[in-house]
Amino acid sequence: MAILEVKNVGKRFGGLQALNDVNLSIVENSVHAIIGPNGAGKSTLLNCLVGKLIPDTGSVMFDGQSVLGRKPYEINQMGISRVFQTPEIFGDLSVQENMMIPCFAKRDGSFELNALTRVTSQRDILDKAEEMMVEMKLADKRHMPAASMSRGDKRRLEIAMCLSQDPRLLLLDEPTAGMARADTNNTIDLLKQIKEERNITIAIIEHDMHVVFSLAERITVLAQGTPLVEDTPDKIKGHPKVREAYLGESQDAA
Amino acid sequence: MLALTKKDLSLLLVVAVITLAAPIILNPFPSGSGMSQFNAGYPDLMQRFVIYGIFAIGFNILFGLTGYLSFGHAAFLGVGSYSAVWMFKLLSLNVIPAIMLSVVVAGLFSVLIGYVSLRRSGIYFSILTLAFAQMSFNLAYSVLTPLTNGETGLQLSLNDPRILDGASAATYPNLFGAQMNDSTTIALGNWSFTFSVGYYLCAILLLLAFYISIRIFRSPFGMMLRAVKSNQQRMNYTGLNTRPYTLAAFVISGMYAGLAGGLLASMDPLAGADRMQWTASGEVVLMTILGGAGTLLGPVLGAGFIKYFENIFSKINEGVLQAWFAFMPDGLQDFFVAIIYPFVGKGWHLTLGLMFMLVVIFLPGGLVEGGQRIGRMFRRKSRSETPDGKTTPAE
Repeated sequence: MAILEVKNVGKRFGGLQALNDVNLSIVENSVHAIIGPNGAGKSTLLNCLVGKLIPDTGSVMFDGQSVLGRKPYEINQMGISRVFQTPEIFGDLSVQENMMIPCFAKRDGSFELNALTRVTSQRDILDKAEEMMVEMKLADKRHMPAASMSRGDKRRLEIAMCLSQDPRLLLLDEPTAGMARADTNNTIDLLKQIKEERNITIAIIEHDMHVVFSLAERITVLAQGTPLVEDTPDKIKGHPKVREAYLGESQDAA
Repeated sequence: MLALTKKDLSLLLVVAVITLAAPIILNPFPSGSGMSQFNAGYPDLMQRFVIYGIFAIGFNILFGLTGYLSFGHAAFLGVGSYSAVWMFKLLSLNVIPAIMLSVVVAGLFSVLIGYVSLRRSGIYFSILTLAFAQMSFNLAYSVLTPLTNGETGLQLSLNDPRILDGASAATYPNLFGAQMNDSTTIALGNWSFTFSVGYYLCAILLLLAFYISIRIFRSPFGMMLRAVKSNQQRMNYTGLNTRPYTLAAFVISGMYAGLAGGLLASMDPLAGADRMQWTASGEVVLMTILGGAGTLLGPVLGAGFIKYFENIFSKINEGVLQAWFAFMPDGLQDFFVAIIYPFVGKGWHLTLGLMFMLVVIFLPGGLVEGGQRIGRMFRRKSRSETPDGKTTPAE
């Protein structure tokens, strides 16, 4: 069953048709990758899914409800979490506080004026944050300001923050961009582990073919704002159109 | 106790002891001695320390936690003062209804201004709040004269209805008969200490304001406000709506400003438009940054510091300086007086400006950071001394 249904979505920036009649459906509990060369419209598409952009045409349905016109925080409350290309975390706050904030958002909704309760008396939130920090191997850094961690740790923290809300759909925007090979492999292992242990759908935008082919169950290739093909990784690897648009170039370059 | 951690509780207790004993602590020099001009323990000045402390604590909840720099908070101070004076005129000279109305009216006013200004952030937010405050100032100064008595300022008069007060009621703002300007002076040898009703009312409200601010800092709400300062994008994508959080912080700090305004009017029952001018808004920004934005104690320290300078340094005139350097030969005396003179008396702003620059450049965390650094230096010293004492041979 499709959890996310994108139909005939188009988006134009001035003279540039960034997205043109995009149709995409992401099946529940699958890992779906969206790949494509630079400027193919991957990020524009992602921004249309999370409420940062509103498409000119078409519809985006999440679990039977339209997300169009909703604010990012409302879409998150529906169950879509987003991981950014450069980790977006609360740099001035400690790792533990970073973990607690999404837990509060999950429990109390988008706004709660709890100005006279104490953070330290919120047992359920503290426990949940602790559990996630242990699971993601961040527990020994809990009092560190998040900004002072390494890139890989920041990425893990951001993913942990998203997962603590038990989202139904996790969107990853180039999660390994700018990472060393070892860090990339760690991230792949982490995502595989998440996939196995949780009831979660993952949509991933990625440049790195190694990442895509080790994770994805289905792949959509985007080129010039239109989906070129959608298929399983094995079929995509050998697809002539894809080679021409994308893989061919990168193989030559390598 | 009071749902505070040990550390916060001891901070609150220290502040409580200092404020309650301020009439003694701030008068360390015997009256009549040469140093007595540095005494700050007279009710008028102490009230100002405490009232502006409340103002700065509130401002810090907005600026220190969310990072939204308002340049218009004096508007709420002014609105608070006008509300209080109107309450004195119409209802009663008891300060309780007056202060309550100041807080409520300032709160409503800040909902209005905050709702519009918070649509923008950064410099645009600052400019919007500045514009609103200047607008309020001009309204109070001219257009709304029937309400504010324009240039002259709103004052009490004998024909005021004061419907709750009987004929025999007190003629000055009071708390159930205890007039705000009532005071007792106790002389101990050469020292004299003045305890006034008004100061103790302000001091108790400061402690309450400080306590609430600690609770807000330690609450999930306070954590969200710091998250707003840190990364709004992540907030939005974590399912949190930043707008109501910032608005709530804005209104809370507006209410603190209203309380401060109401207290100013209670201590001295008149309200003028100049209380709303942008320089007054700038002053609270200076206090907060000088003391340490985002810290609990900083704003109170900053407020005390600036008010002390404003009132004590400005009193040192040329005659006083001449007397200080009288022991020197004539030429040298004139030389030193000429050098120091621009920095004191009317030039106290110059000293304050220099200090502000030094603090911002070398102590970005304000006076609180300075205190912490000194504290750390001593601790390091005492720690390194103990092992040294063991390893070095006996002298």
